[in-house]
Amino acid sequence: MQEFLQQVVSGIATGGIFASLALALVLIYNAMGLVNFAQGEMAMLATFAAYTLINRGVSYWIAFPLTLVIAFAGGIAIQRIVIRPVERAPILTMVIVTLGLATLVNGLAGFFFGYVPRSFPSPFSAQTVNILGALASYQDLGVIAVTGVVLLAIYLLLQHTTVGLTMRAAAHHPEASRLLGVRVSWMLALGWGLASAVGAVSGIMVAPILLLEPNMMQTIIIYAFAAAVLGGIESPLGAVVGGVIVGVTINLAGAYLPFVGGDLQLAVALAIIVAVLVLKPNGLFGRPTARRV
Amino acid sequence: MSVLQRIRTAPPRYWLVGVVILFFVGLPTVIDSFQASEWAQALILAIAIMGLNILVGYSGQLSLGHGAFMALGAYTSAILAHRYKMDYLLTIPIAGLLTGIVGFLFGVPALRLSALYLALASFALAVVAPSLIKRPVELTGGVHGIFVPPVDPPQFAKDAYAAVTGTAMTSDQWTYYVTLGCALVLFWLAWNLVRHRAGRAMRAIRDGEVAAAASGVNIAGYKTLAFGISALYAGIAGSLFGMAVGYVSPDTFPVALSIQLIVGAVVGGLASIPGPLLGGIFVYFLPIESNQWVPTQTWIPSQIASTVEKAGPAVSYGAVLILIMIFASNGIVGLVTAGYARVRRRLRGPGDRETGQTSPDPQTV
Amino acid sequence: MAKTGSRIAAIAAFLVTVAACGGSSSAVVATDVGITSSSILLGNTIAQSGPAAAYGTIANGENAYFTYINNTEGGVNGRKITFTILDDGYNPANTVTLTKQLVEQNKVFAIFGGLGTEAQTAVRDYMNAQKVPQLFVATGATTFGSDFSSYPYTIGWQPPYQGEARIYAKDVIAKHAGAKIGILYQNDSYGQDYLKGLTDGLGSNSSMIVDKESYDVTAASTAAQLVKLKASGADTLFLFTTPGFTIPALVTVTKLGWAPTIYLNSVSNPQVYMGIAAKNGAALKNVTSVGYLKDPTDPQWASDSGMQLYKTVIANCTTCNVNDGFNIYGVASAWTMVDILKQAGSNLTRSNVMSIAGSNLNETNNPFLLPGVVVKTTSSDHHPIMQEQVITWSGTGWTLQGSLINERGTI
Repeated sequence: MQEFLQQVVSGIATGGIFASLALALVLIYNAMGLVNFAQGEMAMLATFAAYTLINRGVSYWIAFPLTLVIAFAGGIAIQRIVIRPVERAPILTMVIVTLGLATLVNGLAGFFFGYVPRSFPSPFSAQTVNILGALASYQDLGVIAVTGVVLLAIYLLLQHTTVGLTMRAAAHHPEASRLLGVRVSWMLALGWGLASAVGAVSGIMVAPILLLEPNMMQTIIIYAFAAAVLGGIESPLGAVVGGVIVGVTINLAGAYLPFVGGDLQLAVALAIIVAVLVLKPNGLFGRPTARRV
Repeated sequence: MSVLQRIRTAPPRYWLVGVVILFFVGLPTVIDSFQASEWAQALILAIAIMGLNILVGYSGQLSLGHGAFMALGAYTSAILAHRYKMDYLLTIPIAGLLTGIVGFLFGVPALRLSALYLALASFALAVVAPSLIKRPVELTGGVHGIFVPPVDPPQFAKDAYAAVTGTAMTSDQWTYYVTLGCALVLFWLAWNLVRHRAGRAMRAIRDGEVAAAASGVNIAGYKTLAFGISALYAGIAGSLFGMAVGYVSPDTFPVALSIQLIVGAVVGGLASIPGPLLGGIFVYFLPIESNQWVPTQTWIPSQIASTVEKAGPAVSYGAVLILIMIFASNGIVGLVTAGYARVRRRLRGPGDRETGQTSPDPQTV
Repeated sequence: MAKTGSRIAAIAAFLVTVAACGGSSSAVVATDVGITSSSILLGNTIAQSGPAAAYGTIANGENAYFTYINNTEGGVNGRKITFTILDDGYNPANTVTLTKQLVEQNKVFAIFGGLGTEAQTAVRDYMNAQKVPQLFVATGATTFGSDFSSYPYTIGWQPPYQGEARIYAKDVIAKHAGAKIGILYQNDSYGQDYLKGLTDGLGSNSSMIVDKESYDVTAASTAAQLVKLKASGADTLFLFTTPGFTIPALVTVTKLGWAPTIYLNSVSNPQVYMGIAAKNGAALKNVTSVGYLKDPTDPQWASDSGMQLYKTVIANCTTCNVNDGFNIYGVASAWTMVDILKQAGSNLTRSNVMSIAGSNLNETNNPFLLPGVVVKTTSSDHHPIMQEQVITWSGTGWTLQGSLINERGTI
């Protein structure tokens, strides 16, 4: 029982990592109806930016918001330069562009920073705390707490502000929005900027645990996809719940299903993606959408 | 029409194809043996890309996991040859068929996925494939993989080659010719497929699924067929890959391979027959050349050359992919056809502008 | 026509050879592919991009040493070493193609320091069929020494993983006789090789192992496995993991409130990594490992002449981090490479160099290895380095314990 509880708690901790990146994916989807394959790489690059600042002597508490601003600006820049030219292209083109972006950003990070893992500071101490007999560290709890804060911020933004509403309108009904005077293109840019900033938060929170190196987010993005898909690709709450479920499931499956074992963690995530997409494509919290023909 | 009449009235395009085929047939005689192996690998990628092109370009379904199908084909051949001592050439069609059936079965749940989700699921498959391969250790050899001993050219091939060039044919060159043979057959089959009913049906589905359904096209049937065919091509490519490299292991099928395939499909030109060939050559030789050829070119400023060399293929791939999608989304073939069309319009003069005659649809040749 | 031409060519070749042999005043120089009167061409394939790119700096370290030798000694016996490094991205299929290119197009004399177990086994058949030396492969897979009789043109360098694991087995039996052993290992040839070595080394004591858990390199975390290991009652934990997983594992162990005796493998023990783990909250009490190289971050070598030579050498590489243990590995193995080239003297042929490397090596003065480590091969023993010394973590650094343990002859 003790072991089971510990597996669950550890799974929730890992799930927090997936959830934080999944939030960025959900935000991008809300802004443009597409999942960004480069989200993890952009998050990693932003974290490297933070690392560079901190290395130059900037205090963590200044580097953090500064990195968010840089990430925000970077996201907008990427949208303007790379995404806007293919805005009206079919989904295939967009997916390939984001794939190309992922490859490019990963290569650039490797080129500039090399591949040796580095440590990254965390505002939370590494001490452990006892939860009902299971142990987690303050860093793990910190990831979950910060993810929760970001979730709240995104929820408020999307549901309770004009900007958020406008952004969603621009994503779902671009023509109608244009007629209403919405600068659709800039809404998309805003979406990219915000998603990039959320990704940066994820990277900064996660780097102390995963160690900062260019390939840091390469497999995490798959788990984050699983989390987003499971929760409902439009729902920020779904992303967080999905992340926790994915984290716990891969731990339990690895621990208690002998044919899965420890080395098929990622395969479990794939199984989750496929199962959700086939059985309940809108995920746990998504609303079924009707397609107009 | 008699054969001679047919030859005389054949469009210039056919002559170009003939020249290209002759070029590839003669190539090994003028290059080193190991270069023949490199070109064989480029052709192998071209075959896999042709399959991917049928799925993505012609039927509009996006798969980012074709590296996994290549792995399936390669391992099928390797296991049959290594464990059951089957003649390697015999294993190629078996591997293709098996992979094709698996692909067809994959196509069934894929029907329920929108383009984005199919991309996601297939991408996840590509990432997971190596760890799945490692699992059944007795079958696949686990992490250690399976060795494929070099396939010796049969006597008739050796004799033919020696008669023409005076040197003995190496197993690398034999692999090249087997690959070329398969590529010719498969490209010809693809050409026929897209010209006839199946191809038209797929294109109709790609361009407007609902309209196609309303016109009576069997959506599910053609979509899964496309999946099956593309997997078959990838399976044959994988099988040939094992022959060319001599070794299959989980590490030889990383997610980078699946990305290479989609890059090749897009760069070459989706929904075209020559596109995959150009794409395969491009993605195969780009990393090698950017790493080795670029630094030796003195006309490239040394800063740029050393940056290109150190940054590695990832940066080149990514940048090229983005640029092509923005500026030339029909790939090299699209650029060439657009350029050719422009030149022809200029040459033809004002007459065409009045009648509004358009150039024939390249896909119906 | 053709016959006349080839006859003239043959006569010309004969005359040139006679001139070359008889004309010069120095001793008759035996040449081979890749050797000219002023250069030796060596080739290498290594991962410099992709997931294993952290290892790529090894080739840069090796190249730094060759540059040093070229600059300070004019090369080896008047021939400068040219080192062609090609990136295979850790994909054995690329290794095969690039190796064939190095052999057939670049026409290298030998391939030195090729990296990766699967990568180097993939080309082993080819190298041996072509009789091109595959020297000092950068992997500890035991097969490169054990299978020498089938592959006489291939030789390793670093202590085989199984040998290292046997040292751990000896240590655990001697110091923790009733231990309950738990093992976390990476599910690839690296981890599996270590596991085999430990199990074989424990022999009849292998019942000490109470649980073993594996993970794939695509895993997000090894927490699940560590939780199981802790629950199995193990009080001694073996980590056969690569650095990217070792560090989080050390942190997780402390986080779980577990304080087993930890055995860490040598690839993961550079002080830099221990520092990162400590910063992240790992307690690092009771950690044992083994070493055979001098660690650049270890203050006890600060004024050591070998370490100072290393620092001079590594300055030739602008992208190398002097504290990176991989770099001193590269320099140390390049030292051995140059050593055998010097030993070959004027008989600079592939077969002679291979015979020295594979069966006649007796290098006792490599300045970058721990004092007393010998790089040696004989006609019956083809693992060049078989000695390592147990080291324990003191909280701020590694302390050498006891003396070098010799595993020669056990594998």
